[in-house]
Formats: sequence, C-alpha cells, structure tokens
Amino acid sequence: MARIYLDHAATTPVDPRVVKAMIPYLTGNFGNPSSIYQEGRAAKKAVEESREKVAEILGAADAREIIFTGSGSEANNLAIAEVAWAYRKRGNHIITSAIEHHAVLETCKALEKHGFTVTYLPVDEYGLVAPEAVREAITDRTILVSLMYANNEVGTIQPIVEISKTLQEKRVLFHTDAVQTVGSIPLHLKELGVDLLSLSAHKFYGPKGTGALYVKKGTRLHRLIHGGAQERRLRAGTENVAGIVGMAKALELAVAGLEETVPRLVELRDYFISQLVSRIDHVKLNGHPTRRLPGNINVSFEFVEGESILLNLDRKGVAASSGSACTSGSLDPSHVLLAMGLSHETAHGSLRLTLGKENTKEQLDYVLGILEETITRLREISPLYLGQTAERRI
Amino acid sequence: MYTEAVMDHFFNPRNAGELVNADGVGEAGNPVCGDIMRIYLKIEDDKIVDIKFKTFGCGAAIATSSILTELVKGKSIAEAEKITNKAVAEALGGLPPQKMHCSNLAADAFHKALAAYRKNRHKSAPAVPAFG
Repeated sequence: MARIYLDHAATTPVDPRVVKAMIPYLTGNFGNPSSIYQEGRAAKKAVEESREKVAEILGAADAREIIFTGSGSEANNLAIAEVAWAYRKRGNHIITSAIEHHAVLETCKALEKHGFTVTYLPVDEYGLVAPEAVREAITDRTILVSLMYANNEVGTIQPIVEISKTLQEKRVLFHTDAVQTVGSIPLHLKELGVDLLSLSAHKFYGPKGTGALYVKKGTRLHRLIHGGAQERRLRAGTENVAGIVGMAKALELAVAGLEETVPRLVELRDYFISQLVSRIDHVKLNGHPTRRLPGNINVSFEFVEGESILLNLDRKGVAASSGSACTSGSLDPSHVLLAMGLSHETAHGSLRLTLGKENTKEQLDYVLGILEETITRLREISPLYLGQTAERRI
Repeated sequence: MYTEAVMDHFFNPRNAGELVNADGVGEAGNPVCGDIMRIYLKIEDDKIVDIKFKTFGCGAAIATSSILTELVKGKSIAEAEKITNKAVAEALGGLPPQKMHCSNLAADAFHKALAAYRKNRHKSAPAVPAFG
C-alpha cells in the first residue's frame, strides 16, 4: 500500500501546477530583480505581480503591504521584534498567549531579555483565548498583541475578529500568526481588522522557504535584515523569485479550492473522530469540537505514549505527529496541551493527524484499523492500563 | 534515529507481560516524563528463572525493557545484578543521546525488583534459625 500522509500541518506537497509556475524562474528567467536590464526587469515584474496577487487574495488595501520573507517564522520575528523596537518609545509591553508557535514565544522571550515585558495569556480547555482577557491585560505600556489565528497542534480557531473589535479604540497593534489558517479557511483582511498577519507557502501546497508578512499601511517596523533595499528596506537579500511566484500561485489555487475542500475535510475529520471514539476506549479529543481547522484531528490515547504510536503508524505506511516529549525534542510534552490543562501523561499520549486535499475516506478507514491494533498492542504491555473495563484513570 | 536492534525489540518485544506470583517487582521512571518500566521476577536457587516487563513509553523505553529481560534471564543473581543502564543501551547498538537519560531505566527497574525480592525473602524467612 502507498504511503498515507497525514501531517499537512507540518508541511504539504507542492501542487504540480505550482511547480509548473515556478520552473520558468528557476531556468530561463534567472535574472536578479534589482538589475535594470531585461532579465532583471522580467524577474522584478514576476515578484511584483505575485505581490499584487497575494495582496488581492488576502484583501490588503495595497500590494506594498505585503513583505515577502523566507518563512512563516521569519514573518513572525519581523512582526513582533521589529514592531517592538520601532515602538519602544511608546511602550514595552507585549501580549500573547501560552499556546503560540515557538517562532512567537521565543521571539517574545528574546525581547524579555532586552527590557520588554510579555503577558502570556492562558487558554481554556479547548485552547481558546478569552477576548475580555486580552482587553484586561492591556496597560498604558502595551504596544502589541500577537495571537495565532489557528493553533498548529490542536487546530483551535481563535475569535480574532472579536478580539480585534475589543482592541479598536486601544492604541495597540494587533498581529496574528495565520500560518495554519491561510489556505485552510476563508480569510479576508478587511474583516479581520489586524495590523500584521504572517503566512507561509508550504502550508498550502506551495514551496518551502517562502513566507510573507502583511503590514498595514502606517505600521512602523525596524529592519530585520540589513543590506540592499529589497522589501521596502525591511528585509535585504535578493528575492526568492521562483518561491514568491510559487507562493502566489499556491495561494490562488488554495483559496479557489476552499469551497470544495473545507466541507470535504470537515466531513472526513468528524467521521474519523466519531469512528475513533466508538472503536477505542479512553480516547480524548484535544481542542474544540467545532471551532477547529477542517483537517485537524488531535486526540490523546490514555495509557500509551505518542512516539510508540508514531513508530507503529510509520511502519504501516502512515505519517503523523505527536505532542509527546519524545517527539518535541525536549523533556516536556507539548506546551499547547499542557496550557489546555492536560496532564503530562495524557499529553504524552497525543496523536495529531492533519488531513489534506489528497486524503480519502478509504485511507482513513485503513488508519482506523491500524490505530485500533496499535493501541491495543501498546496497552497490553503498558503498566498503566488495567483493561478495558477498568475505571482507573491516569 | 534508532538502530535496527531497537526497532526489532520495539516491534517484537521479548518477555512482555506480567508474572502473577512474582518474587520481586520493581518500577522505574514516572508518568510525567512519559516513561514507566515495571519488571517482574521469578527466582529459584538464586537464579532468574523467569522475567517479564510492562512498559509505558517511547520506542527506546520499550526496547530497553525488552532487551534487559533477555540479558538477565537464566543468569544467577550475582551475574545478573552487574547489569547497568549503559550496558543495556550498548546491547542495542546505542541510543540517541536524548534517550539515554529518560528512556533508559530498565536496569534500574530490574535492580529495584531484585531489592524487593531480597526484602520479601527476608520477611518470609524466620528471624532466628529454628532448631529442628
């Protein structure tokens, strides 16, 4: 049986139509966009047309509001650190949440070493930030609020519009890390009311190494990379022309396909979850039952550990991910699951399956069978499991 | 990431399960770290005649538990108690560095099981040799 890829929140395969759009800029049209001769002008044109396309699809007022970066993490660094430094005279307080991506959390931690103070808002059991908590955390020193649109691990979608409304009369900037959201659910900047928004091409069937930051007109930023005058002098370096062209094409295709993919993935997701809980005991859904990304499934199997589930799935041809310590590269399990109030044990037993447009119901039925077999086998040798009828909970 | 020996022991664990009337049971690790290993021993004439394990944990935790049981089964207590966590990892052809600390506790669980056996035996033996 062919491999079954269920880790689309990690990355996605590049759409062949995207590859096709990129190839001319990797072969014949190799010019540097900063050069004034014909080859350079052609490359410049491709970059600027891509910028216009991205701006239009996202609903930006002006193409100049789109800054191309080398990744979603870079966009988050630019949005947080360089805004913080640009507004340092106004204040030194930043508000974010406990469940952000490391690109946000680590940037905030780095700023704390330089005199900034950061409030890490808690989340409820579903991973939701309360809009009133954001408002209450604001002080006269607050310059920026940074909250992710949808969580990469549990798929919880934050009430970004509601939060941005509560911030309207406040003199603070609002950034959202929309790396998991763009291309997954409909999104329009005019309705969101944010000042900054990060995205990454490889999450929506585009190439790796290409991200972007939307920066609302009038928002000040310090330079992230010193050098040439590219990207409004914020980010020096010769543009990744093929990558930028690929991102614009991928975004166009992803957004055009949303009407079809969203309901299809929601149906597959909910089918899988309902089958799973009916077939395996002691399973817990992590995240919100409905306010979640269409393709996100995150569950905890009690009495077993995540890495051992992943190894079994991999051997049976299934690629997935877990929030256990063994797979997070640290001694602690996922900071997101812990912030949602899960015990360490339950967080260690988490499994994330993120569906993509190429997945089918047949594949999911196969995975359900593999999971049932794997969990049963691992529980048989687990000292924590006392059998299906046992009431004991870890 | 893992050696073939680790994968073999993980997918085909040896001596998995429990012993109902074990002479000694020992446990190492804790659920917070994500690894718990429990070792059950059956001892006759100072020899490990049977051993079983139950482990909650990652691939390395299960593989180290499995190979430990093979390394000590059939050996005298004196011989078996020389086993260390390091020797267990070496028998598997090595473990990734981050697994050496938290997932390689099978020998600890075994030593605890031996200690429990000694304590049990002490209790069940008469305090003063009886004259017959």
